[in-house]
Amino acid sequence: MERLIYLDNAATTKTAPEVVEAMLPYFTEHFGNPSSVYGFAAANKEVITRQREIIADTLGAKSNEIYFTAGGSESDNWALIATAEAYASKGKHLITSKIEHHAILHTCEYLEKKGFEVTYLDVDENGIVDLEQLKSAIREDTILISIMYANNEIGTIQPIREIGAIAHEHGILFHTDAVQAFGQVPINVDEDQIDMLSASGHKLNGPKGIGFLYIRKGVKIRSFIHGGAQERRRRAGTENVPGIVGFGKAVERAVSTMEARTKKERELRDYLIERIEKEIPYCRLNGDRTKRLPNNVNFSFRFIEGESLLIMLDMKGICASSGSACTSGSLDPSHVLLAIGLPHEIAHGSLRMTLSEETTKEDLDYVVENLKEIVSNLRSMSPLYEDFVKKQK
Amino acid sequence: MYTEKVMDHFQHPRNVGEIENASGVGTVGNAKCGDIMRIYLDIDENEIIRDVKFKTFGCGAAVATSSMATELVKGKNIREAMQVTNKAVMEALDGLPPVKVHCSLLAEEAIHAALWDYAEKHGITIEGLEKPKSDIHEDEEEEEEEY
Repeated sequence: MERLIYLDNAATTKTAPEVVEAMLPYFTEHFGNPSSVYGFAAANKEVITRQREIIADTLGAKSNEIYFTAGGSESDNWALIATAEAYASKGKHLITSKIEHHAILHTCEYLEKKGFEVTYLDVDENGIVDLEQLKSAIREDTILISIMYANNEIGTIQPIREIGAIAHEHGILFHTDAVQAFGQVPINVDEDQIDMLSASGHKLNGPKGIGFLYIRKGVKIRSFIHGGAQERRRRAGTENVPGIVGFGKAVERAVSTMEARTKKERELRDYLIERIEKEIPYCRLNGDRTKRLPNNVNFSFRFIEGESLLIMLDMKGICASSGSACTSGSLDPSHVLLAIGLPHEIAHGSLRMTLSEETTKEDLDYVVENLKEIVSNLRSMSPLYEDFVKKQK
Repeated sequence: MYTEKVMDHFQHPRNVGEIENASGVGTVGNAKCGDIMRIYLDIDENEIIRDVKFKTFGCGAAVATSSMATELVKGKNIREAMQVTNKAVMEALDGLPPVKVHCSLLAEEAIHAALWDYAEKHGITIEGLEKPKSDIHEDEEEEEEEY
């Protein structure tokens, strides 16, 4: 197989060559521990500060509000657990949504075991949180609202500004998991009234193993990793200097190319959606058509199962992902697809394709041609399709 | 993740299709869990499985185990076909990942369900054959949404 078409950029992205180049000296030459006294190592402290500034600038935040972590999942865990602990005397109720990433949902389950109560908001058929339900879920003892900026599976972008306003009207902290959105949509923590925000390096052509949590000044938050005095004593551990440098570079790059890149991706995304809808029968676009990440396409194909589809696509050099049970390691298909109201058997037949700046129209033409053939092939093997055809007669 | 044999049977499944007026048809599994298998048997007067076809909704392992199971029962006497267990199917495929073992169980159940259908139609009993556990249509919800 010569051709490789990578359409799984929501899972991870290719580290950009200039990012790698920026990182390399920090492994071999500038390897010193930023906490050390001697000059060559202490200089790394400045380097870290510089990256913090770059990142803070893109969010309209201050550099001392950016705390580096090992990634999005750590940021989510930290935001929820440390806030719950710090504000437990005020209340023990949290609000989130049913379509959050597991880094949020499983942390909420953990907090429930520790005596906290969590309300999981419903979403509509496009995956958008119901603001009225949010308002009525707020209680005297609600301490935190955590709603993702954009969904990793179906790409739906939430009304973050409205949610931030509702949270602050009620004096409640607002956290958002922006792992998928950061670098793809402009975010301003003041305009959106965000108190905490999680992001990850490898989703925007940066390295894996680095992320950050934005924590608004004034928010009481306890340290999550105990040890040294790094990250304003909030997150101990020798800084991942190469990772931080790479992350800074990736953010700089993502922000400077955002407008042109996402415009191109949006056009290609809509082209792919249109062709699939036109050329493959019995399919459904999952997620909102317009309030959608520029690079996300998610379809359900009736009568077929996602893992089979992925293996067949892989044979043609196409990398994508699915929300079927077989790919999640459980018997249930994706919680996101069930939350938007898909019946199980249709949720099993989902396919997510997430584009990158390198994706071309020719790539997508190749994908559609193969997808048509594969879907029709799998349907010809499917007892569900057989029953459906017989019923039609 | 899968052995070469599994991949071969998934990419080039043997005996896909339907048999009109089949001697026995069995459908097992559940769309909710993402696996449904249907086996058609054509059994002659000497109780030999002359032909067998299948249709499967499911993952790569589900398709491969169905395909292998049809290969293993083809040409066999219905009583010999009872020896085609999930273990036999797995061995013939050089193994399955642990999370996919249930697919081979489903293949065994599908063969049994088709044999049960045949036995019922002909008023015979086959030693060791039990009534299939569940019919997919029992808990299937009517879904008439427009897509």
